[in-house]
Amino acid sequence: MISKIAWKNTWFKPLNTFLSIILLTASVSIISILILLQKQFEEKFSSSMDNIDLVLGAKGSPLQLILSSVYQIDAPPGNISYTEAEAWMNKPMVESAVPLAYGDNYLGYKIVGTTENYTKHFDLKIQQGNLFAKDFEVVVGSNIAANIGLKIGDTFFGTHGDVEEGEVHDHHAYKVVGILVPSGKVADQLILTNIASVWHMHDHEHKGHAEEAHNHSAEEPHVHTEGEEHHHEEVNPHEGKEITAVLLKLRNNMAKMTWPRIIPQNTEMQAASPALEVNRLFALFGVGISALTYLAYGIMFISGISIFVALYNTLKERRYEFALLRITGATKFQLLWLVLLESIFLCTIGFILGIVFGRIGLYFLSVSSQEEFKMAFDPFEFLWKEEGMLFVATLAVGIVAAIIPAIKAYSLNISKTLANA
Amino acid sequence: MIKTQNVTFSYSATQKFHFPDIDCPNGQTLLVTGNSGTGKTTLLHLLGGLLQPTAGNITINNQDILQLNAAKLDAFRGQSIGMILQKSFFIEALSVLDNVVLASWIAKKSKAKEKALSILDNLGLKDHVHKLPSQLSIGQQQRVNIARALINNPSVILADEPTSSLDDENALIVARLLSDLAKEYQSSLIIVTHDQRLKSLFNHQITLS
Repeated sequence: MISKIAWKNTWFKPLNTFLSIILLTASVSIISILILLQKQFEEKFSSSMDNIDLVLGAKGSPLQLILSSVYQIDAPPGNISYTEAEAWMNKPMVESAVPLAYGDNYLGYKIVGTTENYTKHFDLKIQQGNLFAKDFEVVVGSNIAANIGLKIGDTFFGTHGDVEEGEVHDHHAYKVVGILVPSGKVADQLILTNIASVWHMHDHEHKGHAEEAHNHSAEEPHVHTEGEEHHHEEVNPHEGKEITAVLLKLRNNMAKMTWPRIIPQNTEMQAASPALEVNRLFALFGVGISALTYLAYGIMFISGISIFVALYNTLKERRYEFALLRITGATKFQLLWLVLLESIFLCTIGFILGIVFGRIGLYFLSVSSQEEFKMAFDPFEFLWKEEGMLFVATLAVGIVAAIIPAIKAYSLNISKTLANA
Repeated sequence: MIKTQNVTFSYSATQKFHFPDIDCPNGQTLLVTGNSGTGKTTLLHLLGGLLQPTAGNITINNQDILQLNAAKLDAFRGQSIGMILQKSFFIEALSVLDNVVLASWIAKKSKAKEKALSILDNLGLKDHVHKLPSQLSIGQQQRVNIARALINNPSVILADEPTSSLDDENALIVARLLSDLAKEYQSSLIIVTHDQRLKSLFNHQITLS
């Protein structure tokens, strides 16, 4: 019955209630989005980083190299010579090496030329069909298969560059021969083929439209620079060919430490450590996330003040209500509980709405980040520990805000209140 | 049944009240009159256990209420004392019916909904039970107060100026209603008032001075 009074009172002054709930909802939804984002972001980054000790790529920003090669987010810093890279890939300290060659996309999904090693490295399984065996055969990630409905046997033309609106390579069609099992890694969003396919796709183009291709590479120098040197015929099939990056797993810890220094000194390449760069990235993100978290806790603090003011302001008019409850036999403790309960109700409603709106917000964020970065977030994941803590924090704010009004109600002098009525 | 002996009370060293003894058996009505400042409301609060006397005894239903600790006194007040106040106070957010039922829940932990409905019906409020108290007239609100005071069959009904905000006609109706109900429920009724209109209605009177 006390809870019924508290519940009815909550809705009797809807304006006060509304303000407090809006503030609470805002802070809880921001915090829950941040919690989910941070966790899922780090999970995605860490899972894709497994097994990669170093990444070989063109000189430039190491972070850009890692982002482009491991996470397929940024454009690569440039290309490297395959022969030069091969020299390092074949060293005995290398346990496995995965070469990557970029150039094209299909509807915005990157087509990556690589070897079988890519699937081994990231522990990817084929759901249907086989791995690519011949040129222009591709294996597509599970999200692509689901989103654009590619099936085994389908063919499509790649688009030059990394944006959907580029020039279409309409002379060679790719053919889907396999679909990957969902892994939660970037491979879900990739189209994999062999390196030769990427080379051939562009060979043809440059033979056919050399001039045009030249213009093209001038426009997008970092995506597709191999075109510039392509005209002369090669003896060694790999001689003069270019790739974008190589993912390396090393046997030797010493090499992990020394290669990042040795390689740039002796070659036109650099070797970057994903662990190091991603930590740097998290540190950068961390500042932003902490700032937003502080902001959200600030809003929660303000909502606490709003609850306090709302309860405190109504104390004066409600003291007769309290006196009435006491003369009908209610104890002091029941009055204390009534006031606390009203605040707890507000906080619970605010928390539930906050979690719901946070999920909705994350869903829209996920839709747009999937369009822009091919990175999806799961809005339906519940982090019981973190969000439980958030609920406890919200309740604590409510209880602290209500404690002074509740004690005032508890210690109300009924005789005096009634005598002065 | 309510009895007092040698009850004194002081707000400060200069302001002391010495109240005449009261003995009001079940079913009887006692009118306590007096001018402002003679301690009428103070006496009523003493009888209701809202104030502690400096000395003396107050016995309700053979229970010395001064022997009870705070929590027991709250419970005893809920079960054995019905209070009707000068102004009508309500839980504004609850309906008329819920306001009356609330008193039964606080005192006995059970919701006497049927009984509340029948009392409200007796008091002519049948059509208003689901309204909010603020939607009723002052006379109707006072009757809801009476219903709330009666819901737990109290031994004692304490009424503080129950008629002062009512017009002549309603004042007499409410006063008679109270005294009839006290007889019907076998409660002792103590009315504290300066309302001269009631003096002619009741035989048992005490004047404070």
